[in-house]
Amino acid sequence: MSAPVEITPRADAAASAASPAIALPGVDGSVPTPAAAAALASPLGRGIRGIRGLRGVRALRAQHLSLLVAWLVIAIVVAWAVVPWLFTGQDPIAGVPAEKLQGPSLAHLFGTDAIGRDLFTRVVYGAVHSLSGAFVAVTVGLVAGTLLGVLAGSLGGAVDAVVMRLVDVLLAIPGLLLALSIIILLGFGTVNAAIAVGVGSIAAFARVARSEVVRVRQADYVEAAFGSGARLHAVLARHVLPNSLTAVIGLAALQFGAAILAISTLGFLGYGAPPPTPEWGLLIAEGRNYVATSWWLTVLPGLVVVVVVLSANRISHSLGRTR
Amino acid sequence: MTALLELDGLDVAYATASGARRVVHSVSFDVQTGEVVALVGESGSGKTTTSSAVLGLLPAGGRLDAGAVRLSGTDIAGWSDRRLQGVRGARIGYIPQDPVSSLNPVRPVGVQLADTFRIHGRRDPRDIRNCVLELLERVGLDDPALRARQYPHELSGGMRQRVLIANAVALEPELVIADEPTSALDVTVQRRILDLIDELRREHGTAVLLVTHDLGVAAERAERVVVMQHGRIVEQGTTAALLDAPTEAYTRHLVADAPGLAEQPFRHPRPPIYLRDAGVAAAENPFALVASGLSKSYSLGRGREPFRAVDDVSFRVLRGTTHAIVGESGSGKTTTARIVSRFVTPDSGRVELGGTDVTQLSGAAKREFRRRVQLVYQNPFASLDPRQTVAEIIAEPLRNFAVGDRRERAVAAQRLIDRVALPADVAARRPTELSGGQRQRVAIARALALEPELVVLDEAVSALDVTVQARILELLERLQGELGLSYLFISHDLAVVRRISHSVSVMRRGRIVESGPTEQVFRAPQHDYTRELLDAVPGRKAIA
Repeated sequence: MSAPVEITPRADAAASAASPAIALPGVDGSVPTPAAAAALASPLGRGIRGIRGLRGVRALRAQHLSLLVAWLVIAIVVAWAVVPWLFTGQDPIAGVPAEKLQGPSLAHLFGTDAIGRDLFTRVVYGAVHSLSGAFVAVTVGLVAGTLLGVLAGSLGGAVDAVVMRLVDVLLAIPGLLLALSIIILLGFGTVNAAIAVGVGSIAAFARVARSEVVRVRQADYVEAAFGSGARLHAVLARHVLPNSLTAVIGLAALQFGAAILAISTLGFLGYGAPPPTPEWGLLIAEGRNYVATSWWLTVLPGLVVVVVVLSANRISHSLGRTR
Repeated sequence: MTALLELDGLDVAYATASGARRVVHSVSFDVQTGEVVALVGESGSGKTTTSSAVLGLLPAGGRLDAGAVRLSGTDIAGWSDRRLQGVRGARIGYIPQDPVSSLNPVRPVGVQLADTFRIHGRRDPRDIRNCVLELLERVGLDDPALRARQYPHELSGGMRQRVLIANAVALEPELVIADEPTSALDVTVQRRILDLIDELRREHGTAVLLVTHDLGVAAERAERVVVMQHGRIVEQGTTAALLDAPTEAYTRHLVADAPGLAEQPFRHPRPPIYLRDAGVAAAENPFALVASGLSKSYSLGRGREPFRAVDDVSFRVLRGTTHAIVGESGSGKTTTARIVSRFVTPDSGRVELGGTDVTQLSGAAKREFRRRVQLVYQNPFASLDPRQTVAEIIAEPLRNFAVGDRRERAVAAQRLIDRVALPADVAARRPTELSGGQRQRVAIARALALEPELVVLDEAVSALDVTVQARILELLERLQGELGLSYLFISHDLAVVRRISHSVSVMRRGRIVESGPTEQVFRAPQHDYTRELLDAVPGRKAIA
């Protein structure tokens, strides 16, 4: 997805006119080709740049701070998942019983749990479980849902009716219930929990993909493509998919946050990874026996989950807007 | 005597990333009591911005930098919205461009008109009701009591524009600003609406500032014309003087490009070459396309008579010539175009292309047919994929039929870009970076890629400004000469049809009411409807 939009500080707004490439490209997510950049130098290009640049600067002022923070949060959490040892020198599994149930301090940022394990370390090492779980869940939903949606939207008729009614049935079942039933069929574990959550999001992806495909299919340029002799699969690959995927990708970012939450929920209920895996939901579940005495065991991992989910939502929102 | 409205050195700027961008530069003109002044220019010339500035209705970011707007001598330029409320509606009425989006869709039109009275201090509901009904009757709507209860979607475009006019003249203002009041309407409706504005002006002595891109409309309706380009006034003067002897090159351009004004010779098919063997010439099929007895109905649901969109339509297109189908919206001309280009299958009738029946083609045969007939759409903003580059768009038909390899196709695309007179560097750009006229050239280049025999142009120049329109028509004519193309030209605009076509069919309610060579139909129309259409062409009176 588009990298964090480069920030033009207010005082620099006037200067951005002199260097046209700054404000424009990131805003609509398009990558400027050299030729497009050259076009901007022409009088016509200047007019376009004026309008788009204006929108860019305003948008930046209004949203840049929260969007930047959101991307920062996601970047840090991804770094936790990839290289956790850079963030903490302690062991996530083995604890020091003498240091059990200590409150947050400089030595233990998030405090320690009942058997003296550093909670911050466990949250850092847990990122890989929660993130990969969310990734698997979103991938399952994205691939299966988009496939169904594109199929229904482009073929229409009976296929459309049957697929979308199936999707309606999926939607009618509460998400958690559906996820639990699937886990009971598949067995416990992080991956199975992730697949269960992913299946629950197929319906949402299918609906969004179908509505986008139906919208794009009615466009003149799709008919023009058929009119110039293109076959169905070529039109789908060349015109329909590229023009309808933006909304689906926005939804994927949103579902990423929701999946982290759902997987944590399943972990909390005990259907996810077994202890002593430092999965986020499991961390919160383990801490709940100590809510009265050691608040940090539930509150701090909980806050991490909340911040990550909010960041994913914020990014999803920006993807939808810059379409 | 003080002018009713006087603009003096008006500067308007919009805030942009790079600071303020001035779009209107020291514009000065005046409107006298009871006078019609036309403000003419292409899109982007600043004419709408100027008229919005008069009412203090500039869009967000717009700012009046300098100059005065004097209404009967009082400068209202710096007034707050609150103070201007006493002016808007009461002293200056406003007719917006788009009748579809200018009315609130969830409230009956009568209630919306009543609001105007209520805002300006009338209180008695019975009094207001009478005023609304009287007003609706005055703008020529039948059965005002019924209309007042109807919602905007229950009215046609022309009726909605009448409601907006009623709203503008409700409080009998001294000046009405009409911003392209008829651009979205059919020619005959356009004429009736302009007649109505004229009539109301005569009755009440209201002055009108008519903002339009169509010099034909201006020539016919206005006493004085102000020509704008790039935010500046190029020329102004009385209509007759300006049209007879324009002093500025730009005005001369506009006059030449206005399809209703230019007196061009009719186009005739080239005579056959006599030196050829008469036997060979006779054996050839002279027609690129023969359509006979086409019909298409759409079901309106159970128990209702199906709607006959196209009803027994026949016409022929001579090779290398342009045949035009003219009609208003709903006349079935677009359905006919879609039948010919095989996007719609007719209920009955035959379409013969170069002597072979193509009506029943399907599957691979239909795909092969696409090489021979290409369609160019009305809206160049919707007919090009925003994610492709121009080169990809133009080469796509070649790719579909696997003509040449990738490099050969790129060369072919470049040649087509050159052919439609676009600069070579557009190849790598995307359609969003191009203007409407440039996009339509790209669409034409795509249609030509497969070297078709027939190009169907469905309102292909209707969405463009007159000057751009004139350039595209020139391009089409040149291409026809160079490549021997046949065109089926669908349009509602008779002035354009007169310029481009060799023969013409006039359609009304799904039927062809008259057809023949363009010159014959235009000089000696046989059917009443054709005459009505011809009379409605703006600017005809001005030159006749």
